Amino acid sequence: MEKKEMIAMLLAGGQGSRLGILTQNTAKPSVSFGGKYKFIDFPLSNCINSGIDTVGIVTQYKPLKLTQHIGIGIPWDLDKKYGGLSILSPYMKETEGNWFLGTAHAVYSNMEYIDSYDPEYLLILSADHIYKMDYSKMLNYHKERDADLTIAVCPVEYEEAKRFGILNTRDDGKVFEFEEKPEEPKSNLASMGIYIFNWKVLREALIEENKNRDDSDFGAHIIPKFHEENKKIYAYTFNEYWKDVGTIQSYWEANLDLVKINPDFNLYEKYWKIYTNSNIQSPHFIGIDANVKSSFIGDGCEIRGEVINSIIGDNVLIERGVRIRDSIILDNIKIDSNTKIIKSIICENTNIGADVNIGNENEIGINELKRVYNTGITVLGENTNIPAGVSIGNNCVVLGTTTKDMYKNKKLEDGKNIIINIKEV
Amino acid sequence: MKALGIILDSGKNSTFGKLTDKRIGVALPICGVFRVIDFGLSNMTNSGIGNVAVITQENSRSITDHLSSSKWWNFGRKQGGLHLLTPSSKENGGIYKGTAHALYQNLGFLEHSKEEYVVIANGSGIYKIDFMDVVKSHIETDADITVVCSKEKEGFDYTQYGNLELDKNNNIINFEEKALDPEWEYISLEIYVIKRELLISLLKEVNEEERYAFVRDVIIRYKKRLKIKGYEFNGHWASVHNIKSYFAVNMALLDENIRKMLLQSSPTIKTKVIDEPLAKYNYNATVINSIVANGSIINSYIESSIISRGVYQSENSSIKNSIVMEGVKIGRNCNIEYAIIDKNVEIDNNKIIIGTEEKPIIIRKGEKV
Repeated sequence: MEKKEMIAMLLAGGQGSRLGILTQNTAKPSVSFGGKYKFIDFPLSNCINSGIDTVGIVTQYKPLKLTQHIGIGIPWDLDKKYGGLSILSPYMKETEGNWFLGTAHAVYSNMEYIDSYDPEYLLILSADHIYKMDYSKMLNYHKERDADLTIAVCPVEYEEAKRFGILNTRDDGKVFEFEEKPEEPKSNLASMGIYIFNWKVLREALIEENKNRDDSDFGAHIIPKFHEENKKIYAYTFNEYWKDVGTIQSYWEANLDLVKINPDFNLYEKYWKIYTNSNIQSPHFIGIDANVKSSFIGDGCEIRGEVINSIIGDNVLIERGVRIRDSIILDNIKIDSNTKIIKSIICENTNIGADVNIGNENEIGINELKRVYNTGITVLGENTNIPAGVSIGNNCVVLGTTTKDMYKNKKLEDGKNIIINIKEV
Repeated sequence: MKALGIILDSGKNSTFGKLTDKRIGVALPICGVFRVIDFGLSNMTNSGIGNVAVITQENSRSITDHLSSSKWWNFGRKQGGLHLLTPSSKENGGIYKGTAHALYQNLGFLEHSKEEYVVIANGSGIYKIDFMDVVKSHIETDADITVVCSKEKEGFDYTQYGNLELDKNNNIINFEEKALDPEWEYISLEIYVIKRELLISLLKEVNEEERYAFVRDVIIRYKKRLKIKGYEFNGHWASVHNIKSYFAVNMALLDENIRKMLLQSSPTIKTKVIDEPLAKYNYNATVINSIVANGSIINSYIESSIISRGVYQSENSSIKNSIVMEGVKIGRNCNIEYAIIDKNVEIDNNKIIIGTEEKPIIIRKGEKV
């Protein structure tokens, strides 16, 4: 087989538990962004725009929607005869089988796939962030320094730095120290979880490490090991937009960043296009009574109400008298007349009756799931039904087909939840 | 019961003025993201017809780009597929002298196919139909040729179509092309079903006699010798044959019922996918009764218009009753009414472009105004 200089492994098996019910039925990489895209579209588009045409996608947690979205890679021109896109799922061996137990273990388990392209370099990616990056520039940097490992880093605010893995570097970019979530960070260069390894060096390390443990992780085991063994590790500084979308609040912020007049992250640039598996749909229609301002509207929508500072995905029906503000409405949603929605996230295939109130700007109600829901945003999960005339407070979670009798005095108080266990598929 | 599809480019491109300078009529955009020909192609694939040829006089870039891959319409690549057939410079070749001549030049395609029936459709129709219903009726009535037709409807300019008379058994007993004074209640929708073998032999016959028109030289001439049946289609149907009908077909989509029927009900119309982000409405946007495609950025007033992909409208401009095609940029303080702004046009600040419903002003593709 032909040799590939660099191939990518995209680790897409994570659940993303801090996104709460957004990932209730799907892996984090296939969560919707900007009304149209999925998280995974960003690294995949970056790959093809950087000239990387061989990508192994490692899946594990609830992969159905993800694999349907990816298909054979047509939207990214990754349907290639040689190379292209491969979905790598956990598998059984003769005597045993196992799940991918750590990021490095997932790559170790797919060594055969990587070896089949005999690459010099291996690019490790995840689908947790929104950014546009030319990986070929990072590869040049890696080659110029003759590094064993290059880690992409992004400068963050010092107060924020304690949430990240921080790299301390010399002037030439060489890394001399790692600190995982340091209390008093010495630098503000956060690891972006994007690595370029010399494959031969990594291969050896993976084999060795797997003898000691079967849950090896890049951050916790492989990189410290490289450091201990005095391998050449460099930091590649990325100064452009890089946004974590791992929590409900950051997800909501990153989405609504897009509708600003001059957004920090511009999806309309032609030279670095983000590709996705678009459904072919007719454009949307804005009715006579509609009022749409500072918003994104998707294909196939019929808008007859008011939409302000919000993102409306594909195929959303918004009836007369509806008022939506500061919210994210995903695909295939019906919102009946005179309903008001504020500061909420509404997931796919949901029906909301007439005269419903969702969200408010009062003091934030404390949610029992406060690790996930703590900033006042109300979230309606996928396939949810809200009966006409009810009122749902802030910081609430509603999931499933709810009926009037589930709302005391037609009301769900701030911070309260109705979560109907829907059958596991 | 398998059928092969043929979509004909009517070749009447002179009636579109500047709009067809750089494209053929069937490549004109509809509703911002579709092309006229997408309706024919989607009807084929939605009817389960997987082997389709598009026969066109001109091999323009707009059509080859659009038909670059069979996958947009779910046609196969190994089993069946989408074929673009253009005039040949070889023996019996040259510019198509008529539909029969165009088909005759591509006899090889017909001979090498295996499907028993052929569905031939003019590519300029905007409609949704299951061609297999027509093929079924064709078999049940034991017809030699079935012609899809429609009864009088408001807005039909009869003089643009074939006018025909059916007897009570749906046999076509009279047929006149583009009659000046139409006598009968049906018009032909230029959709035909015929057995492949019969089509091949008829094409050979008429070509021998140096006859080239399918309607005049086959249907009308053979109407007594062959069993030619009419199949009545009752759904919404319109055709794009000149600037006025092009404008009207687009504007009709502002009607909720027509939009639902043509574009929102299943099976859907398919087209080449272009990934654009969602349409963006900035703070000063005021849009009513309009269709807006993705990738556009709106900064001011739009009323009763069709806005295609990737359009940028600056502040304080007004667009009314107009069609704005892909990639158009509109400056500040413009006033646009009854206009068709073709692809990639750039309109400077302070421009006034006002046409009429009867005669919308056309701004040529790529022009800077």
